[in-house]
Amino acid sequence: MTVDLATVKRVARLARIAVSEEDAERMTGELNGILGFVAQLDEVNVDGVDPLTSIIPMALRRREDMVTDGAKVEDIIANAPASEENFFVVPKVVE
Amino acid sequence: MSDLTRLTIAEARAALAKHETSAIELTDAYLSAIDAANGELNAYISATADKARTMAKASDARRASGDVGALEGIPLGIKDLYATEGDHTQACSHILDGFKPRYESTVTANLWRDGAVQLGKLNMDEFAMGSSNESSYYGAVKNPWRETGSNAHYVPGGSSGGSASAVASWLCAAATATDTGGSIRQPAAFTGTVGIKPTYGRCSRWGIVAFASSLDQAGPIARDVRDAAIMLKSMASFDPKDSTSVDLPVPDYEAAIGKSLKGLKIGIPKEYRVEGMPDEIETLWQKGIAWLKDAGAEIVDISLPHTKYALPAYYIVAPAEASSNLARYDGVRYGLRVPGKDIIDMYERTRAEGFGREVKRRIMIGTYVLSAGYYDAYYLKAQKVRSLIKRDFDLAYAAGVDAILTPATPSAAFKIGDENLNADPVHMYLNDIFTVTVNMAGLPGIAVPAGISSTGLPLGLQLIGRPFDEETLFRTAAVIEKAAGKFAPSKWW
Repeated sequence: MTVDLATVKRVARLARIAVSEEDAERMTGELNGILGFVAQLDEVNVDGVDPLTSIIPMALRRREDMVTDGAKVEDIIANAPASEENFFVVPKVVE
Repeated sequence: MSDLTRLTIAEARAALAKHETSAIELTDAYLSAIDAANGELNAYISATADKARTMAKASDARRASGDVGALEGIPLGIKDLYATEGDHTQACSHILDGFKPRYESTVTANLWRDGAVQLGKLNMDEFAMGSSNESSYYGAVKNPWRETGSNAHYVPGGSSGGSASAVASWLCAAATATDTGGSIRQPAAFTGTVGIKPTYGRCSRWGIVAFASSLDQAGPIARDVRDAAIMLKSMASFDPKDSTSVDLPVPDYEAAIGKSLKGLKIGIPKEYRVEGMPDEIETLWQKGIAWLKDAGAEIVDISLPHTKYALPAYYIVAPAEASSNLARYDGVRYGLRVPGKDIIDMYERTRAEGFGREVKRRIMIGTYVLSAGYYDAYYLKAQKVRSLIKRDFDLAYAAGVDAILTPATPSAAFKIGDENLNADPVHMYLNDIFTVTVNMAGLPGIAVPAGISSTGLPLGLQLIGRPFDEETLFRTAAVIEKAAGKFAPSKWW
């Protein structure tokens, strides 16, 4: 499979990365190079094969349903580019 | 004592025990070495000198009171991917601009529990994506090794290029690193150091910036096999905060060193003999086989038929998981924010400016393969291929093979700014051709120096083990190290 310029722009939009016309054109070539490389997998028959889920047989651990962490508002907003009264501040999203 | 920075961890441990030196003396020696060398090598992106001295003094006080940890007073470098409280932690990306975590990763917390001292944060490829350390926002790292008679600069490999360069140039006793497709073993091979990627689940991933969560694993880069064993013992633990962490006791890896190889069966996979591989890599491999045979191991030819599909499957799985993990960098909670006309515009500008080219490329591939209609054709198929790759190894181990010997990399280190490699991402990806299978199957792998190329650069061999059998890797790697000798660059920086 290959991608065209319109697909690259759509994917960039999905990935929330602004791309210029020039970036999108360069990326189209690069992505097609990589997709061409991974197309080798078409040769492999995976009928009846399960996807890998763990390295050794193990069940995902469960834990008690209880609060083990929290009350760290200051720590959480300490690195925010913009915050006010323990909230993250973002551009207005509703009119 | 003369040059304290030349001591291995085991030697420093002995010198400290005999009070021939102190943690503060060792730490000051390393901090001076970093001051003098880092302008040239760029291995550290931030030296934490005040923290190092405080930790060293506390270590000396503990020793005086008789409380001595396994790494008491040993100065270490930490890859920038590990969260260390209050310090630069940016995965060498612009998008985490100014980020200083309020918490400590489990692996580094284990090291400090055992008495180690933090010298600073080490350079790396941005978000651990790269094989040359050239994708770092903080610039390329120089390999302390150069070709005989040349002043040209070589890459230390990647993504743990700062870790490998710092260990090889005596700017730390050992370093933490991480390996998603070869990021510990390839830089170790390029710098004449020892690097081990343990079994997936052996070290906690908690507090390590995520790249591809089903592949990422922490491990050490050290000057020799014994030091790597000492480091891994402290780094490894069961951690309830990482749901893929495995609750198995951590063995005394150092005790495996020096044991005979009699009765061990070493597999040689024919699929690792790839087209265009330099003769000297084949020669090195044959030497390795001979050394292990001389040490009493039985050598058997094996086949791992799905080897060639590991790298293409990796370039689906790793970008897919990365695109999901890196969605959190949105200019809201931490790091860089670039203003926009609305919130979507802010996200898009922040991510356009904050991520470098290689990272964007992988996010784009990952977003594409996970987008509507393509999940089964790409991600699910790649995860099934992973099962086949793992089955190849399972069959070899079921037939009695204890460990597998391969070259670590298809070549020696290349020059910084290599135009062919930088123009073609897939060409660069081929660096990981021998290491990436191990991540895909979740197995442990160690790179150990085994010789010098015709041009004077180090070359390494790789040993691959059974799940959670790192002991056999240390035991076998120690035999290669003993036969090959140790390698060090001549100081020019």
